[in-house]
Amino acid sequence: MLQVRDIAIAFGGVQAVRGVSFEVGTGELVGLIGPNGAGKTTVLRMLAGVLRPDRGGISFDGRDITRAAIHRRARAGIGLTHQIVRPFRSMTLVENVMIAAASGSTASPWQALFHVQRKAARDKAMGLLDRLGIAEAADRPAHVLPLGFLKRMQVARALAFDPKLLLLDEPLAGLSYTEAARLADLIVALNREGRTIVLVEHNIGEVTRVVGRLLVLDNGAVLAGGAPREVMARDDVRAAYLGKMSRQNE
Amino acid sequence: MNAYLVSIATFASLNVILALGLNLISGFCGQISLGHAAFYGIGAYGAAMAAVAGVPFPLALLIGTLAAALAGVITGIASLRVREDFLAIVTMGVGFLFLGIVRKAPWFGAEMGISKIPAAPFDKTGLAAFAMFSAVALIALSLHVRRSWMGESFRAVADDEDAARTIGIDVAYYKLVAFLIGTAAAGFAGGLYAYLTQLVVPDAFGFVQSVTILAMVVIGGIGSTWGVVAGAIVLTLMPELFRFINDYKLLVYGALLLAVMRFSPAGMAGLVQRMFARRV
Repeated sequence: MLQVRDIAIAFGGVQAVRGVSFEVGTGELVGLIGPNGAGKTTVLRMLAGVLRPDRGGISFDGRDITRAAIHRRARAGIGLTHQIVRPFRSMTLVENVMIAAASGSTASPWQALFHVQRKAARDKAMGLLDRLGIAEAADRPAHVLPLGFLKRMQVARALAFDPKLLLLDEPLAGLSYTEAARLADLIVALNREGRTIVLVEHNIGEVTRVVGRLLVLDNGAVLAGGAPREVMARDDVRAAYLGKMSRQNE
Repeated sequence: MNAYLVSIATFASLNVILALGLNLISGFCGQISLGHAAFYGIGAYGAAMAAVAGVPFPLALLIGTLAAALAGVITGIASLRVREDFLAIVTMGVGFLFLGIVRKAPWFGAEMGISKIPAAPFDKTGLAAFAMFSAVALIALSLHVRRSWMGESFRAVADDEDAARTIGIDVAYYKLVAFLIGTAAAGFAGGLYAYLTQLVVPDAFGFVQSVTILAMVVIGGIGSTWGVVAGAIVLTLMPELFRFINDYKLLVYGALLLAVMRFSPAGMAGLVQRMFARRV
């Protein structure tokens, strides 16, 4: 479904990602991990189109999308949640999800002008909020809600336009232990329903528990890839990832 | 109805059209514009020149509207990469550019402007009725836009452009359409103005006029159709009711803007909403 070929990007002389290649098959749940600054979020943002790679290419569903605009990738079926929450601040929680659920009516402004029906979008949005466990806050203004609600709202919003591929950027960060475990379970459930998911996450425990395959980035390059247990048992991965973490903790 | 009241009703209608146009760009879609008077002027000059060349009223009005909309889309394209304060500066620049061109170019009449514009095919009362009808039509359109998914998408763009893109909203297209409709409305008002005064001069479309339109939107309640309509009517009537205000117009508008920003950022619409909320 997704082919990434040798993508690289530099920010003002700093090579953030240096030639990353990988593939994600339909129905896979892939975890993208690595120490801080490894380039995980940068890779995800290149997949979503927020950043354009300096070289390399990205294909989705057999189409080259390397230069495609963000909204075109979204319409092609790529959903993204942001690491730092980005709610539509003037909207309520449910309205945040409704606008994504109504994507069939918002493809062009002129089309959107002739669509006023909200019930279908609201029903769908309420269903998703319920699934994420935040339906009780549906009609509260998004900007007053705590991080845990907004993190989950972003997942609902990304799901609302039925993407084939879901890119989740640290969805568990900032959630309590129980909330994180519940959301991780939901991610598994979504995957079992056939949705392809790429998950960037710091919460190693949850990632290794839920994903089918791990991809470890270090210093802007792929260090290892494969089944979670095997990957985490590798010495180079432990040295690069856990080693750095334990050094940070000291 | 006496001529004075007819004239005030016409100007109030023009101001409602101007303010609602700007509200669509700035209130609905979140794109601050400090050069709205330029599009008013482009509409006025376009219609005036067409009328002087013998083009009939409806067509001249259409020419003014389309000229302003075209300029609006071009401004929109030039502004796609800038936001907030930078956008305010770009649009202000468009206003000064327009003034600079019409003041210097002989075919726009330079400082003397364009005079001897033929009268509209109906009398002043008829023109007032037409202006009021147009204002009502724009109120209806504005209310509809707000209710439609176009309005919701504008809101998403105004709130967070990047987040809007990630849910498939073509942000650039929506912004251009906001500029197109908003500036077309200003151009239409400009065309009516040309027929109303039968004389257009550059000074009527300067920075002060842009700020006045913005003041109507902000004092009325940015984003609220009825608030902006009220703001436009109040700010049209105020200098008429209190003659001294006319001399200190900018001072009064500036003070009002400051007061609104400090005490009720949602404008008159916000005040009314709060009053009702307290009663409930």
